[in-house]
Formats: sequence, C-alpha cells, structure tokens
Amino acid sequence: MFGDLLLQTMAILIILLALMALGALLVDVFSDGFGRLSWAFLTSFPSRRASDAGIYPALIGTIFVIGLTALVAVPVGIASAIYLEEYGTGGRWSRLIEINIANLAGVPSIIYGLLGLGLFVRTLGFGRSVMAGSGTLALLVLPVVILSTREALRTVPFTIREASYALGATKWQTVWHQVLPVAMPGILTGLIFALSRAIGETAPLITIGALTYVPFAPDGVWSPFTVLPIQIFNWLSRPQAAFAQNASAGIIVLLLVLLGMNAVAITLRDRYRRFRG
Amino acid sequence: MKVSIGGWAFLALVVASGCSSGDQQTPGEGAAPSVIAVDGSSTVFPITEAVAEEFQKQNHGMRVTVGVSGTGGGFQKFCRGETVISNASRQILAAEIEACKAASVSFIELPVAYDGMAVVVHPSNTWATSMTVVELKRLWEPAAQGKVLRWNQVRATWPAQEIHLFGAGVDSGTFDYFTEVINGKAKSSRGDYTSSEDDNILVQGVGGDQFALGYMGLAYYEENKTRMKLVAVDDGNPNNGQGPILPSIETVRGGTYRPLSRPVFIYVNAAALERPEVNEFVSYYVESASDLIREVGYVPLADVEQELVRQRFAAKTLGTMFDPAMGMQTEQTLEQRLRAPR
Repeated sequence: MFGDLLLQTMAILIILLALMALGALLVDVFSDGFGRLSWAFLTSFPSRRASDAGIYPALIGTIFVIGLTALVAVPVGIASAIYLEEYGTGGRWSRLIEINIANLAGVPSIIYGLLGLGLFVRTLGFGRSVMAGSGTLALLVLPVVILSTREALRTVPFTIREASYALGATKWQTVWHQVLPVAMPGILTGLIFALSRAIGETAPLITIGALTYVPFAPDGVWSPFTVLPIQIFNWLSRPQAAFAQNASAGIIVLLLVLLGMNAVAITLRDRYRRFRG
Repeated sequence: MKVSIGGWAFLALVVASGCSSGDQQTPGEGAAPSVIAVDGSSTVFPITEAVAEEFQKQNHGMRVTVGVSGTGGGFQKFCRGETVISNASRQILAAEIEACKAASVSFIELPVAYDGMAVVVHPSNTWATSMTVVELKRLWEPAAQGKVLRWNQVRATWPAQEIHLFGAGVDSGTFDYFTEVINGKAKSSRGDYTSSEDDNILVQGVGGDQFALGYMGLAYYEENKTRMKLVAVDDGNPNNGQGPILPSIETVRGGTYRPLSRPVFIYVNAAALERPEVNEFVSYYVESASDLIREVGYVPLADVEQELVRQRFAAKTLGTMFDPAMGMQTEQTLEQRLRAPR
C-alpha cells in the first residue's frame, strides 16, 4: 500500500516537473512572440528590418519539405517493415538488416546531412534543392518509421492472421485487409514521432546547404529553400532585440504547424480505432 | 490556414508533375537561371541580406539567395562553382586560392565594409577602462589557461578578484581574427572561457557578471550599450593613434582602432559576371551599400576606399590584394592595399 502511494506520488511529481518545463517554455515564447504574430508576418519575406520581416518562405519551405519527406519515407518505411515482419525469413540476413536499422535510428542527424550532401546534392546532382532536403530527411526518419511500424505489426494477434488463412485468403490479402488496418493506429503514432523529429531538424539541412535568406517560396522540387528552424536560428543570432521577438513568433508558427500535422495523424488514428471498434 | 492549404495543394501538384517528368528535368541551380546564389560568413550575412532585399525591391523578378555556411564553408562551395558570390569575414587563404584555381574559378575580391571587435566589461567595472594588446595577450594566450585567473594578474593595480572570460566560439571568423591579431596565431587561445557562436549569449554573460570580460562584434555592443562598457585598446604603435582608443565609426574606419577592426569582403566569380543579373547585383552592391551597412550596424568604407573598390570592380581586377603567406597584416591600411600596383 505504502509503496504504491510513494510510487504514484513520485510519478505525478515527475510528470508535473516535465510539464512545468514545457509550460515555462510556452509562456516565455508566447509572451515574447505573440504580439508579432499577424497575417503580414506569415505572408512577408525576410528583411533586414525586424518589423518588416516575415516567415513566408520558411513556412512554405517547411510544409513543402516535410510533405515530400513523408511522401518518400512513409511508403518505403511501411513497405520495408511489412517485408521484414511478415515476409522475412528470420535468417542471418534478416537479422543483419534488423541490427543495421536499429543502429541507423541512433546515428546523429548531422551524419545524415553529410550523406545527403554527398549523395543527393553532389553525386545525384539535385543541387541545394527541396528534393535534396527531403531526401536527406527521409533517410533520417526512415529507421524510425520502420522500427515503429514493425512494433505496430507485432501487436496484431497471430490468431487474426490464422483466421484469415483459414478462410482461404492469400498472404497479401491477409496483410492488406487484416493486419494493416489493425496495426494502423500504432503505425500512425510512429509517423507522428518520425515527422515531428524531421520538422525540427536544422543541422542536416544546413549541411546540405539549405539557405538562410530566400526571398521567394519554393516553386518546385528543384527550387532553393529554407525552413522554419533555420530562420528562427538566424533571427536569434542577430544583435537587435526585435529579431528575438521575430524568433519567438517563428517558434509559435513552428509549434502550430507541428500541432496541425499531429492533429491530422491523431484524427486518422481515431477513425481507424472506431472503424475497428 | 489558407497559406498552408494552398501549400499542400501546390505540393501535390508539383509532386504529381515531378513524378512524370522528373527525369527529363535538369535538377539543381540550373533549373532557375535567375537565382544569384550567395553563401559564406554569418558576419557578412546581414549586409548582403540588406543589399539583396533592396536590390530585389528595385528589380522585380531577380532572385538572390544567401546562406550562412561560414567563411570557410562558403569558399568551399564558391570554389566548386556552386555559388557566384562568397561572403567572407577574412581574406581568402592560400589553400582556398588553390582550390579555386584547381576548378578554374577566378575571382574578384571586393572589400565592402568594416567590422570592429569590441572588448567589453560589466558597466559597474570601474578599473578596466583601457587595455594594451600585450595585456590582452597575457589574458587570452594558451599559456594563460589555468594560470591567469584574477584581474590583478593582468595589471597589478586591478582588484584581486576572479576574472570571468567570455569569447567567440572556435568555428567563427571572429575567433580566428581575434586570436590571430592578439595571440599572434589564428585559433591559438586559452580554452577555459565561456565560448559561444551566438554573440547574444556573450552579451548576457558579460552583462550579468561584475567581474566579466569578453569580446564580440561591435554591432552587438551597439545594440546593448546599457548592459556593457567598452574597453579602449592600445596597440602600442603611436603611428596609428596615440594611447588607448575606443571603437567608433571614425576610429574603425580611420585605422586607428587597431588591431581589432577588420574589413569584410565579398568574392565574386569572375566568369559569372557574364550573367547580366549577377553583374547588376554586384554593381548595386558596390555603388549603394553604404547606408544599408550603417543601418545593419557595420562601418561603411571611407568614400575614397569605396571609390577604389568601384574602380576595382569596373576593371575586373582578379585575385587577392593580400599576400596569403603573410596572415592578416594589419600594418597596411585598406586604402594602401587597394592602391597597390599589381
């Protein structure tokens, strides 16, 4: 009894501590930046005058890059996970691949930046484009997508697969119609983690040569680009205090984009849950 | 919300078209011929950003992009031909000249402004009003690490209090420059001080500690005058101003605030000037940057220097005006260099 109570109190205190740190951050950022948020701020281009500067190219750049990253990483990641989990033989090769993927998930992001610079920017000749940025971020989040998808697939009870086979379904029909829908909420949770990681990344994008001052929104996958974290970082390092306010406002925008993205994923997840209900 | 929905729709469109025709397209910078790609020093970034902003206001359809890879990173891209202009807070090094030569990139070196470095202390510091370069060296050289820890070790009449040091991070041009002119060798410094690539951190450090001393870009002092106090610097050479001298527009530009003032540069790919938009942008840069430079907190070149830079650009003088083997060479003024026959 006493032990339970102690553990419970401690857990609550620790959660409060974590939430307080988050709360302090939010209060600080909002009190600094909320006044700067306006339609003009969202639709203006960067400027040397803090009051004229806006976040438009970085906002569109972020949405563009993350969207493209998801388009590349999600199908490849889910397909790889399905192969490893449902079709893989569990032999030596499979184990080798598994270990490598687990290791890749822990590689620091700047290493992916160097890989992206060598592979996409120079060897494949993508230049410092949206495509090179998305490719790099896709590689970065791919291990996370694969690992979380595999976890989700493993939670599907084996009896569902056996029932499906018993009714004469093929392996592919079983995976597509039975396993995937059940695993979907878990897969979507993994995607939230993966894309949330990608959206805040600065180092690999700086390494591949994402720019800081881009006075236009990207107009294609080969266009030069910048993203919100880079713009925020640049504003923070300026001497004028007004730029720090811009940075706070930029952080709020980044948080809103992140929340929006997660809201979409969570809505989808809940629909899957009800659907299976 | 409208923007992001538009963005998504747009994205879908582009991706759809990209999938069908992606292979035939020429990727990279070549896809948008009007983009003027600039990269390099974060110190020079605010100047180039301001010039680019005004240039694009006056010339619609022109597209200038500016990155901040640092002076060294900028030259790497520049010498591969990936950018047409490189921002630099120091002159080009011998190894970088070689890299450019190997890729047959020839360049025009144009000084655009001065950047002063400020030595600062807490406003309540009453003793350290001036320092000599020798004293700065005694404090910052590698041998001082773990040894010079109190103010009275720098000058005997100063209090026997601990000194807390704040300085530039090791990847910045500010660090390279300060260590070279004070300690005599670039990147040679004591390591036991609070370092940051972000000068705003240094402002907070010095502004919150009575026994602190730090160095940073002059613009950061100008924006935080109430939180810090300047230390006058005496280089011991009466030929460029007697005694300790405080940094100001006049002393930085006039060459008397030595050695902590430096010119900053842009390097232009000479072959790229055949693109009319690049030529126009650089002309605009050397013609009308002065007011913008003052506005973003730097010191513009003197009129006579500005004129010499214009002539240098008009004549498309190739190569560097520095002897790469000689380091920063603070004994010669920029004007003398610009006038030197080649």
